[in-house]
This record gives sequence, C-alpha cells and structure tokens, in this order.
Amino acid sequence: MTDWSGYIGLILQGALVTIELTILGSALALVMAFLAGMGRLSRFFAVRALATAYIEFFRGTSIFVQLFWAYFVLPFFGVSLTPLQAGVLALGLNVGAYGAEVVRGAIKSVGKEQYEACVALNLGRWQTMRHIVLPQALLVMLPTFGNNAIELLKATAVVSLISLTDMTFQAQVVRAQTGNTLVPFSTILFLYFIMALAISYGMRALERRMARGLDGVRTA
Amino acid sequence: MPEPIIKVDGITKSFGSFKVLDGLSMTVMPGEKLALIGPSGSGKTTILRILMTLERIDGGHIQIEGEHLYHMERNGQLMAADEKHLARMRQKIGMVFQLFNLFPHKCVIDNVTLAPMLTKGTPKAAAEKRAMELLDMVGMADKAKNMPAQLSGGQKQRVAIARALALSPRIMLFDEVTSALDPELVEEVLNVMRKLAAETDMTMLLVTHEMGFAHDFADRVLFFDRGRIVEEGKPDEIFRHPKQERTQTFLKKIIAAGHRV
Repeated sequence: MTDWSGYIGLILQGALVTIELTILGSALALVMAFLAGMGRLSRFFAVRALATAYIEFFRGTSIFVQLFWAYFVLPFFGVSLTPLQAGVLALGLNVGAYGAEVVRGAIKSVGKEQYEACVALNLGRWQTMRHIVLPQALLVMLPTFGNNAIELLKATAVVSLISLTDMTFQAQVVRAQTGNTLVPFSTILFLYFIMALAISYGMRALERRMARGLDGVRTA
Repeated sequence: MPEPIIKVDGITKSFGSFKVLDGLSMTVMPGEKLALIGPSGSGKTTILRILMTLERIDGGHIQIEGEHLYHMERNGQLMAADEKHLARMRQKIGMVFQLFNLFPHKCVIDNVTLAPMLTKGTPKAAAEKRAMELLDMVGMADKAKNMPAQLSGGQKQRVAIARALALSPRIMLFDEVTSALDPELVEEVLNVMRKLAAETDMTMLLVTHEMGFAHDFADRVLFFDRGRIVEEGKPDEIFRHPKQERTQTFLKKIIAAGHRV
C-alpha cells in the first residue's frame, strides 16, 4: 500500500505553481487585451496594424509552439527566460489576443449617442474613453473575461513540457514513482475543476457588484 | 446693428447620394429663439448636428460670433479646422438630444458636473454648487443622487438640459427634445424651456414638431424643405398666413395629424 500523503503534498505544491501561473498570466493577458483591443480602434493606421498583427498571430498559432519559442528559441536571440517567465509570457500573450477581441467588441457595443453626448460636452477622446465608454464597456467584457481566465488556467498544463513543476508536472512525477495513474490524475482533475469554479464564481460576484454600481438598478 | 451670432453660408451636405443640405444659408442674431420646422429629411436636424460638429460639411462656411467653425486662418489662408480649434468653438455651443443621451453609469449630479470638471477644470465643490442650482431650476434637485435609469423620460430630459447648461454655452441647440416623451411628460420639459427663454439671453435653436410650442416660443420660424429654407418669418406669419405652397401643405398635414397650432 502506497503512502499517498507525501505525493498529495507534491501535487499541492504544483497547484500553487498553477495558481501563480494563472494569476500572472491573466494579469499579462489583461494588459495585452486592453492594449491590443484599444489599439485596433486607434485612428492611427500603424497602431491598428500592429494590434491586428499581434492578435492574428497569437490566435493563429498553437500555444504549445509559442511556449517552446519563449523557452527554447528566444535564448538564441539572447533572451533567456526562466520556465515561469516563459510560461507567463506565452500564456499571457496567447490569451491576451483573445481578450483583445473582447475589449474591442465591448467598446463598440457602447452606443453612438454616448459619443455624441461627449462631443456636445466637449470631452476629449481620452476623457470620453476613460470616463464614459470604458466603465460601460467593462461590464460587457466581464463574462467573456471569466471564460478566458478559465481557458488560461487549463492551458497552464502545457508548461509542464518545459519542466515547470506545475500541477500536471507533479502528477506525472507521482505517476512515474508510484505506477498509479488513477489517483494523481483524479486529484488534479478535481483541483483544476475547483480552481475553474472559483474563477467562475469570483467573476460572477464581480459582475454583480459592478452592475449595481453601474446604474443602480441592473441586476446581472 | 449687432453682429450675428451664427452665420451659415451656402452649406452643402450629402449622405451618400442623398443631398440633405443644398446650399443652406441663414443668420441668427444673439439671443434669438428660432424654431426650425419642416418635413423629415428636410435637413433641419442635420444643420443642428453640423453646428454641434457631429456631422462634417461638404461645402460652405459657418461662422460663430464672427469666427469660422470649420475653418481657421493660418498665414492669411483659410484651411480646415483641427481638433483644437473645434474644441475651442464647441465651448460656445450646447445641445440637448431627442433621446437624452445621459450617461447611465453616473448619477444625476455627476452627469451635470462631469464636463465642467473635465473640460474647464472647475473644482468639484464649485461644479456641484452650480449643478444644484441648475437642477433646482429644472426641478430635479431632489433627484440629484438618483441614477438615470430611475427617472422618467421627462425627468431625464430635464437633467440633460441642466447638463448642457452647466458649460454656460452662448448657443443652445434642442433637437426634437420632446419627440421621445409620453404625451403627459411633454409639458414639464416645455415649461423648463419657457423658463430658460425668459430668464436667459441664450440664443436657442429648436427643431420641433410641437407647432403650438414653436408658435409661442420662437421669435422667428424657419420652414425647411429639401435642404433649404423655403420660408421664414414671425410665428404668426408662418402659422397663420404661410405664403409658400409647400409650407401650407406641410402645416395642413401636421394639423390633420392632430397637432395643435
């Protein structure tokens, strides 16, 4: 009979790495989503082109390949990243590209009449964006951002391939040492699910709170 | 003879192949209250939107207080206005929209204080004091902390009027401000406008289908058809004794549709 407590401890250590990756990756994704999403709506062609190229490239290539590039190919260009840095970079850039389309769509969902009111009140472009458009667009973005965060969480599993000791990596270690697949992989299945559930509930709570703050009568 | 506050000269504007304004010219004197009437598609709303810089012109010139709106002088040459020039000119003009266009995520008083604080750097306390005066004038002071979604259409429109007034424009444009309101709410908005006309020397341009109100409110009525002013004059002349056939036809239709003149 195997003593599982030590092995479960190993998997829980991996869970912390997975959580760290998810949080840091989401933070980068969020920044990229706003940069590229607003970049696509810029009045300058160069900015639009750059944002579009980024989005299409990172949506159009595999996260697996992107990760290998970040970890194994970039050193040839003189950029050496730790596994965690490479993982955060690949995950953040990849999911950020999807998020950018969410940001763009949400900004476009704010009605023309809001922009016209801003012109009539002589607000500048940035003032209009910052005070009128983004606060309304944010609420539209939230549900899809929740989806993206869950996608990112699940995609963290690929970092085990560059020897980052995340949850999936540790499950494989346990499997190799014990010869048992059922226990470690059931454990991480459950843990991934719990984490996804936490994101889901967290986002919904945030959405409810923001909706109340938004116009005082909406209930999401 | 004082200078006109608005001078519109030969404005053309097309949407695709549809010519909305066909060489429109008009002058407005300071403090004048104008009613712009006419069939839909005649260009009356378009000229208001052009004055607010919400639509660009295809040709012609507009001057506000003697200054070009869409052009600026550089080295004696007239060239297209840049955003900075437009922003400066917009300070003279305010607009109230048919659908209110309040900011739904800001409470009533924040709707009113936002623009003065952002565009003029008015301190919050001063902006709020002024906002409360304006809200009091439109009868909405007790709803200052409410959100727009909690207001009726008439209340929203009164807040929108206060919001536009907060920037102290010299010219106010009213674009069918009662058209989206339930009939029983129209009067509360019209009352605010009457008060405004009586208490201020603002120049007011009003696009409306409320002929009765236009008659009582306006110093001068302009009848628009097919992108031009077909007839203009004192309300009594236009409404009681229209000279042009097109004006007569339009007014007949309006009366037949149940509008009071």
